[in-house]
Order: sequence, then structure tokens, then C-alpha cells
Amino acid sequence: MSDSVHTEAHDHSHPPSFYYKVYGVLLCLLVVSIVGPMMGGLTVLLVTAFGVAVVKALMVAAYFMHLNIERKYIWWVLVMAVCFLLVLFYGVAPDVMKSHGVNWKSLSTPPPAAAEPAHH
Amino acid sequence: MSAFQIPVATTRSVTGIPTGRLAIWWVLASEIVIFGGLVTCYILFRLRHPEWAAEAAHTKLAAGAFNTFVLLTSSLSVVLAHLAATKKDTVNAKRYLTYTILGGLVFLCVKAYEYTSEISHGFTITRSVFWSFYYTATALHALHVVGGMTIMAIILPDVAKGKFLPRVEYIGIYWHFVDLVWLFLFPLFYIASAA
Repeated sequence: MSDSVHTEAHDHSHPPSFYYKVYGVLLCLLVVSIVGPMMGGLTVLLVTAFGVAVVKALMVAAYFMHLNIERKYIWWVLVMAVCFLLVLFYGVAPDVMKSHGVNWKSLSTPPPAAAEPAHH
Repeated sequence: MSAFQIPVATTRSVTGIPTGRLAIWWVLASEIVIFGGLVTCYILFRLRHPEWAAEAAHTKLAAGAFNTFVLLTSSLSVVLAHLAATKKDTVNAKRYLTYTILGGLVFLCVKAYEYTSEISHGFTITRSVFWSFYYTATALHALHVVGGMTIMAIILPDVAKGKFLPRVEYIGIYWHFVDLVWLFLFPLFYIASAA
């Protein structure tokens, strides 16, 4: 193919100040992800720690890795890898998360505590 | 310059994407499966064992938060290096790449401090499954940090001479991914003790 790709780079119309702004937002989100879980509550933790982590990751991917202007081919490569992970998760989850099923029982599950004898 | 001195990856493209950049994305796709598989298994076990919250409470939140700050900052410096390389500004490209290497070094120093402190308190890799996951995931990530720093140190002399500048973009994409992985490891191992 063309030798021109040797010098090809993404078309960066963004000035350095754009990246500083993205960086500033990422730092603000970092503070939210640290302070948020301290407020307590599972929902708050899930949103502020993991929800914000997803937002931060998407921002890094989109603006720093330039996935927002990357060809769709790359998106499909990455989506395919994530699909493999979903297959792994949902394929293994029943064995890990459940203690028993139809015709099987987890040997690692501790037996239920013996019932208290009735007082007469 | 003979043909052997020109990297094929920077002079050929089948998909419309420079082959070097395409290769990096394929590497990252495989890395998603490696890190993702590890994290997926951890999440499954963590959901099954709520008592791991007590173990997770012993990780150092302040050190993890500082390392997140360091990696985000190094991500900024490497994207600025990429921007400078695009403009053929070799002086700034070299400067920002050096900052990124230093960022990686700071990250590793903090990680070494954490490991030393945790091990000295008896939280070794064999203590429990939680700590096995913790050391495996964070050490694998640290290994990737070392790899990124090494590659940046290797390309630095060429960047200073204005040669093979697209490599700055390729290592930048890799470094952002290393940062991105840490963005998930941080809440999983340092913050989720409340869950």
C-alpha cells in the first residue's frame, strides 16, 4: 500500500488545552470515586466507584486513545474481545454463584446448620 | 537507508489503518481477554464471598488513589507527546515521553512500598484467595507498566532524532490501556471493601 501511511497520524484538531480539560475532568471523577463510597450504601458505592470507573475508562479510550475518531474496524475488534469476556462470565457464573442446580450440588458449599432441637 | 532499516509496520496498510497501529489494537484486544478474564473471575468470587470485604479493607486506599493520579497524569503526558510527534516537534515529544517514563517509575515505587508494607503485615499471596487475586492482578499490571517504560526508553533516541515518530502514537495507545486497566483495578481492590 501507500508509503504515505508511514507519516499518517490521526487528525488532531484538538489543542493541548483540550487534553488538559479532559485530564481535569478525570481528576474530578477520581475524587468522586474516592469520596463517594465513604458516604456509605451499596448503591452509592456501585455508582461512584464502578460507574465512575466506567466513565473514566470511556473518556480515556475516546479522547486519549482517540477511539472516537478511530475506524469502526477497531471497535469491532475490541467489542469481540469484550464478548468473549461475557461468554466467560455467564458460562462460569452458574457454577460459582449457585450452590445447587438440577441434578448437581456444589461440594464446596458448607452444609446447612443443624436445626435447634425442640424444647418440651 | 536500506530496506531492512525501514520497519514494515510503518510503511504498509491493508485495512486503511497503519499496520503498526492495527497491531497495537490487536495486542490490546488480547490484553482485554487476559486482564478481563482475571477481573471477571475475581468479580465472580467476590460476589460469592462477601467476607472478602474484610480482607480488602487492608489495602492502602491513599496509595492506590495516588497511583491512579500518577497514571492519569502520565496518560496526559503521553498524549501530549503524541501531539508533539504529530507536529514533528521532537523536543517536546521527547520531553513528554520522559515525563511518562518518570510517571511509570513513581507508580512502581509506590507499588513497591505497598507490597513491602502488606507483606510485612502478613498479607502475602498465600494468605487467602483475595490476596492471591490482588497480587496476581496488580503484579501483572505492574509488569505491563515496566514493559511500557522499557519500550518508551528504547524509542526515545529515535524520537529525539525525529525518526519513526508514529511509534510515539503506538506506545501511547498501549500506555493509555495500562492506565485504563488500573482504573478498574483501583475500585475493585481498594474501594470495594465497603461492599
